[in-house]
Amino acid sequence: MNLAYYPGCSLKGTGKAYEKSTLAVFSALGLELQEIPDWNCCGATAYMAVDALASKALSFRNLVLAQKMEAKWVVAPCSACYLNLFKARKEYLDNKPTREKLCRTLKKTGWEYECSGLPEVLHPLHVLTELVGLEKIREKIRRPLKGLRVVPYYGCQLVRPYDGYDDPVHPVKMDLLLEVTGAEVISDYPLKTRCCGASVAGVLEEPGLNLNGALIKEAKRRGGELIATVCPLCQFNLETYQRKTENAGRMPILYFTQVLGLALGLEGKALGMEHLLYRPRLEV
Amino acid sequence: MEIKRTIAYEGELDKSLLTRLSALPEGNLIRRCIQCGTCSGVCPLSIYMDSSPRKLIALIREGFGKEVLSSFTIWLCSSCYSCTVSCPQEIPITEIMYALKRMALEEKTYPRRFPVPVLAREFYRMVFKEGRNTEALLVLRLLAKTNILKTFSYLPMGLNLMLTRRLSLKKEKISRPSQLRKFLEAIKEVGK
Ligand code: SF4
Ligand code: SF4
Repeated sequence: MNLAYYPGCSLKGTGKAYEKSTLAVFSALGLELQEIPDWNCCGATAYMAVDALASKALSFRNLVLAQKMEAKWVVAPCSACYLNLFKARKEYLDNKPTREKLCRTLKKTGWEYECSGLPEVLHPLHVLTELVGLEKIREKIRRPLKGLRVVPYYGCQLVRPYDGYDDPVHPVKMDLLLEVTGAEVISDYPLKTRCCGASVAGVLEEPGLNLNGALIKEAKRRGGELIATVCPLCQFNLETYQRKTENAGRMPILYFTQVLGLALGLEGKALGMEHLLYRPRLEV
Repeated sequence: MEIKRTIAYEGELDKSLLTRLSALPEGNLIRRCIQCGTCSGVCPLSIYMDSSPRKLIALIREGFGKEVLSSFTIWLCSSCYSCTVSCPQEIPITEIMYALKRMALEEKTYPRRFPVPVLAREFYRMVFKEGRNTEALLVLRLLAKTNILKTFSYLPMGLNLMLTRRLSLKKEKISRPSQLRKFLEAIKEVGK
């Protein structure tokens, strides 16, 4: 498989554990992720709020770099990065004026690039459930997580607004993947795709406490003992806001790749468990 | 209490924002809004907004552009796309929020020292300059430019990052930021 890896800024900083666990799980499944050399920031949600075309241009440059690696797919674990790359590619394919503007400008500023295709954009969850397949993963489970009650939390930008692989409000792909680990998956968690507040929660405390408090409270009420996330911003908000919520807190917030990694028999260190504020009771 | 007139006279209404939005493919679609309120119902942040997403659309259509562009609403939108996927009229509300944010930043009508627009601007500048964002530096700049400490204690965040060894002050950048800057500047020109 020809997979280019786009880490984005978070996976090199606050989301370190996500990078470690994604790379470890992929390698355990025999998949190689090749980091895009000299990738730039995707612009998150901020760039779109300042300059729409420049926001596309940032992701376009990353996709061109991946294309030069002859990658067939670009894998982006952060939901915001994933959506930005996905949108830029979609716009490039569907909107001729935008495509021409991007291509012409790129060449004019000293780049060698023939405006051909661009690699497809996937989230690691898509690679695992669509390209690898659950059956193949099931064969590699070394340590079934029997009795572990996991709440799957998807947040927003992975499933919305584009739902090519799943439902935008009631997705199930991560539920299915987590079931393969032998864990007990709390699939009827109704807040699966309710927003954590993203960067708004990052700078405004009251909405942050409220939104994340509700997510944690409901996860507990349903009997969950840990939450599995697909995005570094969700993981950070869910974890941090527990420090300020009285009596509600202390629920481990893991990346779904960490949960899968445990079931594959990987060591806690390889999965970046030391970067978690609250550790799960099951670790190698 | 300050006594102020709470309604506007028809002669004071100004539909220029509607005209400008209508020039954008996403903006033109607000004409289809049936004011059902589904967007406001599903929006996780509408409980904090000065006008709900539905009301914001009504304000734009009726000529309250100034109120819209200086509202907190557009900055409270976290871009979660719940409204967009639920709207029965298929109006891309999230994209419209983005368009309004761009106008408010350009015209400097956003609420002063409110951390969300300041964050967007600082983030933009950092990525434009270095090609990447250094999380810790971004927070420091935000602190310098807002009165965020009054309403927010950054202690839990910093503590979390320190306890779990995720706080890095190393400046992140790409190998030749000047080349990216050149590209982005040229894009700005063609985007006009
Ligand atoms: S959901 Fe759509 S149609 Fe209904 S009020 Fe909101 S924008 Fe208008
Ligand atoms: S995208 Fe913005 S306006 Fe729409 S539901 Fe989410 S926070 Fe509310």
